[in-house]
Amino acid sequence: MSVVSRGTVRIATERCKGCELCIPACKPNVLRMSTRRNEQGLAYPELLPGCTGCNACLLVCPDFCFEVYQFDEPIIHDGVVKEANP
Amino acid sequence: MSDQSDLQVLETTNPPSQPARQTGEFHPGLQLTTDHDLCPGCGEPIALRILLECIEELGLAERSIGVIGIGCYTALTSMIDVDLIQALHGRAPSVATGAKRMQPNNLLFTLQGDGDMVNEGLQEVLHTAARGERVTCILLNNGVFGETGGHMTATTVLGQRTKNTIEGRDADYHGHPILITDLIAQLGGTGFAARGSVHDAAAIGRTRRHVMRAFENQMRGDGFSFVEILTMCPTGWFIPTAEGPDYLNDVMAPVHRLGELKAGGILMDADPNEALPGRAESTS
Amino acid sequence: MSRRLMEGSEAIAHAAIAANCRFFAGYPMTPFTELLESFAKLLPTHDGVCINAESEIEAIGMAWGAAATGARAATGSTGQGLALMQESLSEISRASVPLVIFNMARGQGDYYQATRGGGHGDYRLMVLAPVDAEEAVELTQLAFHLADQWRHPVLVYGDYLLAHTSQAVEITPSKFGELPDKDWAVDGSLGGTGRSRNVNSIGMRKGEKGIDPEAFWGELQEKTERIAATEARFEAEGCEDAEIVIVAFGTLARFARYVVRELRAEGVRVGLFRPITLWPFPSEALAAATTGARRVAVLEQNAGQMIDDVRLSILGRVPVVSIGGISTDAAGFGIGPLLDAKVIRGRVEGVLKEAAA
Repeated sequence: MSVVSRGTVRIATERCKGCELCIPACKPNVLRMSTRRNEQGLAYPELLPGCTGCNACLLVCPDFCFEVYQFDEPIIHDGVVKEANP
Repeated sequence: MSDQSDLQVLETTNPPSQPARQTGEFHPGLQLTTDHDLCPGCGEPIALRILLECIEELGLAERSIGVIGIGCYTALTSMIDVDLIQALHGRAPSVATGAKRMQPNNLLFTLQGDGDMVNEGLQEVLHTAARGERVTCILLNNGVFGETGGHMTATTVLGQRTKNTIEGRDADYHGHPILITDLIAQLGGTGFAARGSVHDAAAIGRTRRHVMRAFENQMRGDGFSFVEILTMCPTGWFIPTAEGPDYLNDVMAPVHRLGELKAGGILMDADPNEALPGRAESTS
Repeated sequence: MSRRLMEGSEAIAHAAIAANCRFFAGYPMTPFTELLESFAKLLPTHDGVCINAESEIEAIGMAWGAAATGARAATGSTGQGLALMQESLSEISRASVPLVIFNMARGQGDYYQATRGGGHGDYRLMVLAPVDAEEAVELTQLAFHLADQWRHPVLVYGDYLLAHTSQAVEITPSKFGELPDKDWAVDGSLGGTGRSRNVNSIGMRKGEKGIDPEAFWGELQEKTERIAATEARFEAEGCEDAEIVIVAFGTLARFARYVVRELRAEGVRVGLFRPITLWPFPSEALAAATTGARRVAVLEQNAGQMIDDVRLSILGRVPVVSIGGISTDAAGFGIGPLLDAKVIRGRVEGVLKEAAA
């Protein structure tokens, strides 16, 4: 199964307060809360393949944790999963 | 439905190494820092982002003066790179009036909470609107006095539980909420009045448009402009942060109905479709 | 402008405009109303704005906003309206906003309110008390100067008689010296530069969270002490060899001055000490003016307010007595029987007799 990422995000996990508003905001549903914790002891979002770069997470985050990018060429994640940033 | 455990978590610490174009910044240019101590899940910083992006987009950063009320949002002023005047609880509209009369070419806005504007400062905002002062008052409405711990305000809705309406606001005992944007829209001096919210990305986009139109109304000189923004306060609402948007949509928005109530000086009916925007279904 | 007969209210408004006041807001209330009317008439023709505010609280709010942008602004009322303004006065003081406030008082019972401050926290207002319309023209202009010089609110204490008595005055623009630029004033221009401003009363800054009110208010306290050390003003007449020194301020002092001159002409050694600043109260000068006196007689139109400051100045060296009291008319506007040279003279003579015994 292939998943396409048209965009990606940079997440400032250290200032995330674990509110989870970004999770349902993400239409392609590619954000999930981590099992690890940041220095504040809180869970933070992780990104899975399939981001469209729509900015929804950036808009709903009360702590300004997101930076959003759109790839010039979409990245195809094949069954052998390709990492966006090697 | 995808099996997410199959998919790999992607690196998100650095900008992408593949060729890409940045489409969203951590924070607006007019925001100095990102560090604040407001609660997780608070809607107020989201509204602040909207406000600063609009000022920037209109090219008004060097011609804007903000007058700030007193509430949780007051602490955000250290982040705002716009000239500001700090007012007393409820008293921002009068300060904005005096400042605008002396600096008529500046964009004057107030930033106030519901306790500030609709409790302490009700007289002031109504008169400022009636006089048609060319200022934009922005209300952050979360239905509670957040900074003092979550007590009933004039906008708390019937049935809403707060620290002093712990069984839910009761009409007989606590009276009815004031729908401030509806009152403001009725006044002759008001050119633009709208209600938005920040509970999801689509609502944020519509609210941004309300704020832009309000500011444009002011710069055209078309009287008073007003935007109420419903914001989440999970702390004041006694709910987990993730439930904030649903609470806002299900409890606050049916009473404080969303939409443009007045534009170009003309009253209009709120768009029934916008009044209760549906939330995107979660796919989990 | 040549010498013209005009009511005190009108003279004050003209003086304010001569000082480049461009904003006024107020709410009608006797005996302040005519001051609002005068500003309403004059400001629009002098590139200014006058607003009828919805209450005194909004009046001072509007003036606060205008002053914060660097414009010379004023507001006013009478005692009850000033009472509503107290929270704002405290904030304005602690935000270092230069504002001029007029109390056209109903008598002299607002002395405590003016000098102690009815608002919250540590702050003082400068208070100027003109004796008549002519002095009011000068002190009004001085008020705007001092406000800008110190970045501090200044209250002008007038009353019904000052407001409504017609006197021949000339509105001479007064010069009081150079003033610093108002680079602190909020005019929008520093938005987006990283150096934008926040005029506030608690020490909030840009770019860093957290505040230190103790340090901020400590600096304000130092400024207050410097004002106290340098800005006291008074007028003394005949105190050098006086047996009785009368202390009075405002319109009542005008009557006291008449009585002092009348008694002096008859060879009676009395003097008048008239504080022109009620705060800072001219304590040192009063102490110096009364070292040789047998009695200090405080004449004020209230139950005894300024007498506290007199006692604090004299510290028991000379007995201090009151020859004033509550004195007002049927409407409570402060036009009382004490405003009568014969009545005042009688009280002074009573003190002379008692002191001689």
